[in-house]
Amino acid sequence: MDLEYGAEYDAFREEVRQFLEAHGHRAPAGQDRAARPSADAVKWQALLIEHGYTARTIPSEYGGYGAEPDILKSRIIAEEFSRAGIPGGLANQGISMLVPTLLELGTEEQKRRWIEPTLKGEIVWCQGYSEPGAGSDLAALKTSARVEGGEFVINGQKIWTSTAKQADMIFCLVRTEHEAPKHGGISYLIFSMDTPGIEVRPLKTMTGHAEFNETFFTEVRVPVDQIVGERGQGWFVANATLGHERSMLGDPDALENRLQALVNLMREERVGKDRAIDSPVLRDRLAALQAEVAAMKYNGMRILSNSLRGDPGGMAKLIVKLQSCELAHQISALAIDAMGEIGILYHGSPRERARGAWQRNYMFQLGLIIGGGTAQIQRNIIAERGLGMPREPRLPKPAAVERSAVADGRKQETA
Amino acid sequence: MHFGLSEDQRMLRDSVARSLSDNCPLDHVRECAEGEPVFSDKTMSALGELGLPGMMVPEEHGGLGMSLLDAAVVAEQLGYAAAPVPFLATNVLAALALTHAGSREQQADWLPRIARGEPRISVAIAETVEARDGAVVAAHGGGLSGTSLFALDFRGADAFLVADGAGRLHLVPTDAAGLETVALTTIDRTRSVGEVHLQGVAAEPLMADGGVAAARLRCAGRIILAADSLGAGEAMIEKAIDYAGQREQFGRVIGSFQAVKHMCAEMAARHEPCRALVWYAAHAFDAAPDEARLAACHAKSHTGEVHRFVARTSTEVHGGMGFTDLLGLHYWFKRIGFDRQVLGGPEAVRAEAATLQGWTRAA
Ligand SMILES: Cc1cc2nc3c(=O)[nH]c(=O)nc-3n(C[C@H](O)[C@H](O)[C@H](O)COP(=O)(O)OP(=O)(O)OC[C@H]3O[C@@H](n4cnc5c(N)ncnc54)[C@H](O)[C@@H]3O)c2cc1C
Repeated sequence: MDLEYGAEYDAFREEVRQFLEAHGHRAPAGQDRAARPSADAVKWQALLIEHGYTARTIPSEYGGYGAEPDILKSRIIAEEFSRAGIPGGLANQGISMLVPTLLELGTEEQKRRWIEPTLKGEIVWCQGYSEPGAGSDLAALKTSARVEGGEFVINGQKIWTSTAKQADMIFCLVRTEHEAPKHGGISYLIFSMDTPGIEVRPLKTMTGHAEFNETFFTEVRVPVDQIVGERGQGWFVANATLGHERSMLGDPDALENRLQALVNLMREERVGKDRAIDSPVLRDRLAALQAEVAAMKYNGMRILSNSLRGDPGGMAKLIVKLQSCELAHQISALAIDAMGEIGILYHGSPRERARGAWQRNYMFQLGLIIGGGTAQIQRNIIAERGLGMPREPRLPKPAAVERSAVADGRKQETA
Repeated sequence: MHFGLSEDQRMLRDSVARSLSDNCPLDHVRECAEGEPVFSDKTMSALGELGLPGMMVPEEHGGLGMSLLDAAVVAEQLGYAAAPVPFLATNVLAALALTHAGSREQQADWLPRIARGEPRISVAIAETVEARDGAVVAAHGGGLSGTSLFALDFRGADAFLVADGAGRLHLVPTDAAGLETVALTTIDRTRSVGEVHLQGVAAEPLMADGGVAAARLRCAGRIILAADSLGAGEAMIEKAIDYAGQREQFGRVIGSFQAVKHMCAEMAARHEPCRALVWYAAHAFDAAPDEARLAACHAKSHTGEVHRFVARTSTEVHGGMGFTDLLGLHYWFKRIGFDRQVLGGPEAVRAEAATLQGWTRAA
């Protein structure tokens, strides 16, 4: 363990602080969930890349800042931005999921073509994985592509496609090898959402907003070189992306920011004359969550530190998605409880706090416990891959249960 | 001894359930909740045919003179259907308040009309639990001034029943001079709350009783909200089991995965005792006044916790589908969220339970 920062890092911290003082006012406000970054956000992103405060270790020939990985500097950046309450670089599915996948597995041409505009916020991506019949069992996907005249011709349907309505491009899993076994028949394609034959229908969610969509493909033609990895290797590429998705969803800095917002809320919110934070019960829950956030933050530093030495991450990494998504949900739950009846205000009500963000997050974070691999699937992965426990035996297929039988069975018992 | 619903109560439950499944299916809930949310007149009039508006009104005033346990049986069904009807404030709370603390004139004026399902009375007693945003109502020389938040069943009210800072109840007609109202919107579009601002409003006080009436109302309100949550939780568990028996992944129905079975079993295991707890609390309200307040606190706080768990777990069993609007599962999720927070979240209610039992150091 060596956590000494040293003189070089003190100077670096000072530099970040000065940057934030000089330029902080240019940061875009309230961009949290906007699918397409505003003009201000794009300018801010460019400034951050120029100074190496985002896309820091991405090579400069692909539009990044090109610094050597240095966890302490990354931490200092995160800490100072968080302390100043100023948003850091963009984090969307393109930047957090596709870019690292292309860096690992893309061709030189693909890296040069797609990474820079994605980092700059000029290209917004969506993820076309899930289908109505293929959620947890992603490899059961049926959207298919045949090759015809130097093009893939795609037919099928995706569902739960976040931001498909706003996206310019999609990274998409399709079945290209129809004879191959389930996992071996999939390819990973990237193509424009303007390609003829794509139809996007928004799906309203429990938050009242349409965070995701159904995406339909009819004879969609995509040049054969717009594939990442080889034909039939899509499952492998997809899993690389999924790994990055899970890290994005488990971002400890985001947790810390939410926790800080909760501390602020509990200092301001009053019950009679007392502040919410004066309640020993609520305060205890707050401190417990803070300890958990700290654990996830240091766990993140440990993963990062190990990865620089080529260590894949092991258990420390496998648990991130499960724990962080639950923690984010619990932070919002406490915020609602601390607000009492104010906590259920929504839909732009008078007296609503933070424009309903706490309620919306409470619901959206439940969505994220499900999305990107459900909590149950995460636990299976932890047990099987992490703990080396045996897989569940494949059982003969049980029959679907008659709907009415279920309800009737319970009804009789409720007297 | 018999711990359970009577034959009559089961018949009541079944007839309310039938009426709601005929008149208030999900499509109708959705219709009412979308856009500018509205209460369902259709459902109200169907329930009216069963005499429900007057169930808590004494027979001498044209009602059915039923018990709070009966009302809890109804509330459970309303929660089960996520029915957008203003039952709690007018038909339970206002009827109780007028019956127990109204003057003869007030009773003769209001109770027969309540029994006929005519007036809507919104009940503003949130500040007897906790004051948010500095809200407080003061009575001075026959006039009321101040603010009360989260008046229940707010929309379309003909009058407000307002508790002042001393816990006394006052009737304020909606057209009283000096009264202003503001609608609030919550996650739950099947309910309605709002705030009332009073400036020297001439109000009709109910009988002076040192705040007993308001405390009893709070109890009754908590029990009815707990019963509502019970029904909504029941619906969410049924939907989860049902979905888990249909949805296939990995070539199996997901209900055959032990992880999914355990989620459902855990919901059932936590939910089932709530039923007896709510029944007991309602019974205590009717028959054992010494225990009523504590039992109401337990029912309210415990169902609040259990059904928050049920709401999220049922959603998880449904996967991405549970997060969408497609199945309408969120109407119950939000109903449960509302039931939990209104008239005191679990922490506030448990603090009251502790105080009631003398567990706290005297200030
Ligand atoms: C907010 C949100 C955003 C999303 N964004 C995207 C996106 O941008 N792109 C995209 O492609 N997809 C996206 N998804 C889809 C997401 O990946 C799927 O919802 C998820 O993988 C679960 O699949 P499903 O919804 O079909 O649920 P199902 O797989 O049907 O799961 C239903 C239930 O069964 C359980 N279950 C299933 N299999 C097993 C098993 N083997 N063992 C134990 N339990 C099991 C699950 O845990 C769950 O509780 C998003 C989802 C959400 C909620």
